[in-house]
Amino acid sequence: MIELRGVTKAFGGEAALGPIDLSVPPHRTLALLGPSGCGKSTLLRLVVGLLTPDAGTIEAFGTPVTPETRAGLRLRMGYVIQEGALFPHLTAFENVALIARDRRWTGNAIARRVDELARLAHLPADLLERFPAQLSGGQRQRVALMRALVLDPEVLLFDEPLGALDPMIRASLQDELAGLFRQLQKTVLFVTHDLAEAAFVADEIVLLRAGRIVQRGTARELIEQPAKPFVTEFVRAQRVGAFAGGPR
Amino acid sequence: MRAPAIALALALACTGGAQAAPSKIVVGSKAFPESWILGEAMTTLARGASQGAVEHRSNLGGTEIVYQALRSGAIDAYPEYTGTVAEVLLHRTDRPPLDSLRAGLAAEGIAIGPPLGFNDGYGIAVSRATAGRLGLAKLSDLAQHPEVRFGVTHEFLGRADGWPGLAHTYGLAPKDVRGLQHELAWDALAKGAIDATDVYTTDAQIAALDLVLLDDDRAFFPRYDAVILYRADLAQRAPAVVTAWERLAGRIDEARMTTANRQVALEKRPFAEAADSLLASAGVSAGATSAAPAGGGAWARIALRTAEHLKLVAWGLLFSILVGLPLGVLATRSRMLARLALGAASLVQTVPSLALLAFLIPLVGIGTGPTLIALFVYGLLPIVRNTYVGLTTLPRPLVEAAEAMGLSPRARLLKVALPLASPTILAGIQTSAVITVGTATIAALIGAGGLGEPILSGIQLRDSGLIAQGAIPAALLALAVSWAFDGLGRLVVPKGLRLPRVE
Repeated sequence: MIELRGVTKAFGGEAALGPIDLSVPPHRTLALLGPSGCGKSTLLRLVVGLLTPDAGTIEAFGTPVTPETRAGLRLRMGYVIQEGALFPHLTAFENVALIARDRRWTGNAIARRVDELARLAHLPADLLERFPAQLSGGQRQRVALMRALVLDPEVLLFDEPLGALDPMIRASLQDELAGLFRQLQKTVLFVTHDLAEAAFVADEIVLLRAGRIVQRGTARELIEQPAKPFVTEFVRAQRVGAFAGGPR
Repeated sequence: MRAPAIALALALACTGGAQAAPSKIVVGSKAFPESWILGEAMTTLARGASQGAVEHRSNLGGTEIVYQALRSGAIDAYPEYTGTVAEVLLHRTDRPPLDSLRAGLAAEGIAIGPPLGFNDGYGIAVSRATAGRLGLAKLSDLAQHPEVRFGVTHEFLGRADGWPGLAHTYGLAPKDVRGLQHELAWDALAKGAIDATDVYTTDAQIAALDLVLLDDDRAFFPRYDAVILYRADLAQRAPAVVTAWERLAGRIDEARMTTANRQVALEKRPFAEAADSLLASAGVSAGATSAAPAGGGAWARIALRTAEHLKLVAWGLLFSILVGLPLGVLATRSRMLARLALGAASLVQTVPSLALLAFLIPLVGIGTGPTLIALFVYGLLPIVRNTYVGLTTLPRPLVEAAEAMGLSPRARLLKVALPLASPTILAGIQTSAVITVGTATIAALIGAGGLGEPILSGIQLRDSGLIAQGAIPAALLALAVSWAFDGLGRLVVPKGLRLPRVE
């Protein structure tokens, strides 16, 4: 569904990513995990075409992502970032409806779709007329999810969507997202720095360090068969072992 | 029998037609009392000699502005001085005789009437106390006293036959020379803020303030014989008017002109009244009485001026917005365009408004046209700049979210970027509106009315009440406009941007 081949990206001469090869199979949820600065957000921004690679190719749905093709490809992807980036001048409803209106959907079709998504994302209907400033952090993230889903894209891209939420809300949203991914069967790229979150929502984890892939596998494989000492170090730093009955 | 009858009927029809729509005659005058009085006298004479409408546009700034208005046909005639024609209009420093001045202006389609009879030359005057203290009687005495502080008109400061030539001829190098509005120089002299000023030799204040006119012992100042400049075609269009003006030849001497100047400047009598008594003392029958000054009380006049002012501001601002907003948006498309648009907008800001007006008059005439262009130009920068800044400083996550969701460029601009930047853009328009209210007072300089009119007249007549009639409404208008925009913010800025965040 998404293919990266020999992709590199540098910012001001400083290598940020790659060279990297990555294949994301359809209907699977892949977590991009790693410490901050490892290039996981850069990778996501390359896929959605906000950045262009210095070298290598990126394909989505079999089409190369280029300045010419990206406008059309973006309509088949949903992109959610930390804090949601909701437009403050639009209500929750208008935020969700914006792209559908731009695609000239009818008012009825939009209303039906927003209603459907509100139930899916567990957003009380009476909140739809509120502005982002009148919503809590968790509610804003639900609206951001609805906004990403409105055109029913095949691919969903999440950039630390739960990073700014407090732990209780974060845990319940993790639950809901994991359920949603199983239910919707989308192809999902999920950026996080939290191993437990990655393990919880994703089928597979790609661990990145300094712009390169260190190991790809399930959470269990990362913990039990670390490919490099860094993997062990990263896992230990996350304190997952404490709950898994590791050394005290 | 029949043919001549038809010809006669045709001829009658033609002349009848011509009389039915005689061209309007517009007399201009410069922004100082003597010019205004003469303009008023010319208007009165023209009314007596012409069937058509005659209009007087007073206060038309300095020589450049009024002469450009004459050349462009915005006015038909105005009172001028031979020295000014030679130096300023023809750039001749050799003091040519009247005939060669006539030949010079004929090339531009301008005729010069006969001299009216008085010489309103430049002179330098000092207070009697200063003259006594320093022993000043002649201009050459000034060379020994560089401590004498000069306050002279801006035009005098720049003209070859003004300050530069004077300083050169008499070897003057004073420590302090500053440009001052002529009417303000009297007060400055009376209060001792300056010691010497340039005067016109028919200024009523020379006697009234007991000033000493220093003798031009090296005959530096040329003669400034008053004459009427008019468009050459006026002799065909309205020969009776030209004839009426010619009756003034040699009839107004220095004493009569000085008396008329005193009536206006010191006795605060209306210009029309001073013009009528000038014509009477010159023994020239008017054939018509001067138009009564605009009726109604002070409040009605203020309301009228304020309405004129608001109209100028509204139109000027509208054009500034219509051009400034797209220009600001365009500037965000490339760095080159940004530099070009912002650079051009700041550049025009540095052009003095008077210079801009003098430049515009040959192109668009006098009155509302050049005023609106000037207001448009000065109102542009804050709008272009705030639109550009508002659009380029939007939070990056929001800009990227709009792009990443696949919104069309048009929707990104209209549905996301412009609404988000609207508070900044509106602030720019507000700044522009307040600036425009202030700038619009220059409209009076080129006959477009507004609140600058009483200010300008008030400065000339040294009537602070009249100045206040323009200055106070202008200040209140600026405040009102600013408040109106605060209110407008509630309508234009999206509600979501004005809410406090819950967390």
